[in-house]
Parts: sequence; C-alpha cells; structure tokens
Amino acid sequence: MTPLLADVGYAEPWWVQLIKSVVLFAIAVQIVPIVLLAERKLLGRFQHRYGPNRVGPFGAAQPLADIIKLATKEDFRPSTSIGFLYALAPVISLITALAAFAILPFGDVANIFGQDVGLYGIDVGIGVLYVFAFGAIAFYGLMLGGWASGSKYSFLGAMRAAAQLISYEVAMGLSLVGVLMTAGTLSLPAIVEAQSGMWYVVPQFVGFLIFLVAGFAETNRAPFDLPEADAELVAGYNTEYGGAKFASYFFAEYVNILVVSGIAVTMFLGGWQLPFIDPPGWVDPFVVFGKIFAFVFLFVWIRATLPRLRYDQLMSFGWKVLLPLATLNALVTAIIVVAVG
Amino acid sequence: MTGRWDPGEDAIVVQRAPQAGGAGGAYRTFGETLRGLKTTMARMVEGPKTISYPEEKVPVYPRFRGRHRLHRFEDTGLEKCVGCSLCAAACPADCIRVVAAENTPEHRISAGERYAAVYEINLARCIFCGYCEVACPFDAITMGHDYEMSDYNRSDLIFTKEMLLEEPLERTPLRNEGE
Repeated sequence: MTPLLADVGYAEPWWVQLIKSVVLFAIAVQIVPIVLLAERKLLGRFQHRYGPNRVGPFGAAQPLADIIKLATKEDFRPSTSIGFLYALAPVISLITALAAFAILPFGDVANIFGQDVGLYGIDVGIGVLYVFAFGAIAFYGLMLGGWASGSKYSFLGAMRAAAQLISYEVAMGLSLVGVLMTAGTLSLPAIVEAQSGMWYVVPQFVGFLIFLVAGFAETNRAPFDLPEADAELVAGYNTEYGGAKFASYFFAEYVNILVVSGIAVTMFLGGWQLPFIDPPGWVDPFVVFGKIFAFVFLFVWIRATLPRLRYDQLMSFGWKVLLPLATLNALVTAIIVVAVG
Repeated sequence: MTGRWDPGEDAIVVQRAPQAGGAGGAYRTFGETLRGLKTTMARMVEGPKTISYPEEKVPVYPRFRGRHRLHRFEDTGLEKCVGCSLCAAACPADCIRVVAAENTPEHRISAGERYAAVYEINLARCIFCGYCEVACPFDAITMGHDYEMSDYNRSDLIFTKEMLLEEPLERTPLRNEGE
C-alpha cells in the first residue's frame, strides 16, 4: 500500500482497522468515567473526604449519573454567541482528543483469533508529530469555543488558553527531541521497542520532568489551570457551555489527560515493557493502563497540592525556564548521541 | 528637609521572602513542591474524617438544647404541667401558647389544681434558649436532644401537647461530659 500521508510501519487489512478504531473509541469512552471517578475519589481522600459515595456501590455510578444529567439538559446557546462555531468548538476538542488517543500503543503485535493485530490505532512513521498535530488543532476547540460564546469571561479564558498552550507546546516538543534522537525514530511502537534495555526516564530524566510540567500545562490541569480558573474566570472558555456541549469539553479534557499520560508512558516509561520480566502479549495493555493510571494519580496528587500560578509566573516559567532547559537538554543529548554513536 | 528620615532605634526589620530565580530559587521550588506533595499524601493516608451524617450522628451532650419535651409523673402518669404559663411569660420569642383549664376529680390530667388544656410550641419561632425550662417550677418542660425538625410547611412546626409528651421516634445519641 502506498502511504498517502506518512509511512505506515504496520497495518492490517481494512476491516481489522475498522474494528480496531471502534474498539479504541469504546475503550476511551469507558476509561474516561473511571478516570473521572478516580479523580473525584482521590481528591476527596486528599482532603479528608470520601468523595462521591452516594450513587451506586461506593459511588461507582456517579459518572453515569453525571452523564445522564448533562445529556438530558436543555440545549441552549447565549444570544450573543456565534451559532455555528459555538456548536463546532466542542466537537473539535472531542475529535482531536480521541484522534490523539488512537495512536497510543497499548501493546505489540498480537495474534487475536488467527489474525495479527497491532494493539494500537496505527503505527505511523510520524507518530509523535501526529500527536502534536492534533494537540495543535485542539487549541481551536478551546479558542473558538471561548470566542464564539460571546462572553468576556470565555474570551479571557480562551486568550489565556491560547497563550499558555502555545508557550508550553514548544517546551513539550523540545523535551521529546532527546528521546527521539536517542531512539532514532518517530514511530511510537518503535520507541517502546528501543527502550527494552533501559527506560528513557533514566537517561532523559530532565526531558521527562520538562515533559511532565509542560503536559500539565497542555491539559489545563492544576497548577496551570488558568484557562479555567474557576475563581477568577468562572470556568474560562466553557463558561457559556452547558449540557451535552459542556460534557464534550469535559470528556475531551480527560481524554487529553489520558493522551499526555500515555505519551509519557510510551516515551519515557517503556510503554508495555516491564523491568526484568517478560509477560505474555495479552498482559501488555494492562501494563500500559497501569502506568497511565499511575500518571493519572500523579495528576490528581498535583492538583490536590499546588495552588494556581499567577499569569506572569506561568509565562516567565514557560519561556525563561522550561524552554531553555528543554533546548539545553536536546543539545546535550545530541552531542552525546553523536559522540557515542 | 535635609536627607532621609532616620527611623533610628524604632525601625523594625521586615523579614522578606527570598528572591525568586537563581539556583536557590530552583531548589526551593522543587523542595517546597516535594514537601507539599508529602503533606497531601500524609493527609490521604490518614483517611477521611467525614461523618456521613444521616447514617452516622455526632452524639450530643446532656445539656444540649434540642426540641422541648413535656413530662409526666412516672408513678401516677399525670402530667407535670399545671398550666401556669410561666414558660410562655419567660419565652423571648413568644412561641409558647398555654390555655389552662381546671382539673376535676373525675377528669384529672395533672397533679395540680389546673392543667394545660392547650400547650403549643411554635418551633419555627423558637430560638432554643432554654428559658422555658428554667422558668418552669415543676420541671414539666425540658429541652430534649432532638435536633432534626425540618419540615415542609410552617404549620407542621407547631407542636401540640400530645406531640411534646410523646417519646421521640428516634433517639439522638448521647454522650457524657468529657467524652
């Protein structure tokens, strides 16, 4: 098959691709409520509370109740909003988040019912760039949403989101350059394979930290949740959204958390690989999800700990600390790679 | 005006926060962040402090001033209240209404000469000050331990004599002083 846009490392027949995309979508849809519940429960525990524990056993049906509540709400829009863009913006956020989720490798090529299936959406040669491309399009979801709402708070939130995401995207990309140079490939499964000797978190520790910090900023999570700053902006770009549209934004936000966690796991923590033991292929997705949930825990832990940054601190930290550090990291890695290899 | 004003001995040295930036700043940022993470994790390990209210209740002290109760003599079963209206007079919120009537030998309600034919407390007005309890010469009215009295309309909050004489449906957990 001649690749239309990029080299494809491994591809199955079209019908397997179709089934895989549906399964991946289903997984994303199923995982998000779990993450949502885990976050609220954990946040509660961090604050000496129980968290939601009324709906269902141990509050397990709380996300379901939330979704039903949001989905059955009146579909409204402010009279000042721009109708088409107002409806389109959450969809952009949702699609880009899910598209980025599709490329996360959950395991090696496995034999399922006599058919070789790669446990990832698709193994494209541009792997990381694909993620960043969709991350960049995701800005439009936030910005259009904030702008099309026709509200000052939404607009302020969208402006903040734009400035923050652009600032941190640079550092985030540069922090991965070290990994990419060491691995010598952009394909995510190949990067995981390259970590069979040692996870990249060890040689690329600085890059890992930069990626983590930038990842928090990219997902608008505390302490970088300025676009949503509920105290000052009454939820920022999604102030005017309600019902199913708000649910889409919310859903996209949590898928983004999963994507950033998944990229961190793939790039730095050896993806589906475990140290010292080599489990059979079907364990791989569970290993990846275990690692992703460790990151989700970290996200919640940080949220429970750190207060929100001031806006100028956010900007100066991104441009004056993270960006030089990431550049330096890439430079040093390049020198070492050339000197050793 | 010559030169700057010298505060002299009265000057108080203000402890300022360390300046941001530099290696010290980076160290402090990381150190303090880790300290904060440790603090929150310790809170998590401690476990929830929540008391799940409708299921779990905080016991009240014996002197807790909850909903009023009227009492009977345990041996004869006669009401202690003699309808003197001292509680109504003492009530600063004016929420007690007493209408007294004469006891007769064949229709004896209370131990005294008269009894309370009507005894109503409007709990919507009551401020739970306990003055009625203090004013009562026969200990006929006391402040109980019930505090769950919310209702859907105001008229349901007017408690009659029969309601006040009844044992409460659910007993509020009690604890002793010092527990």
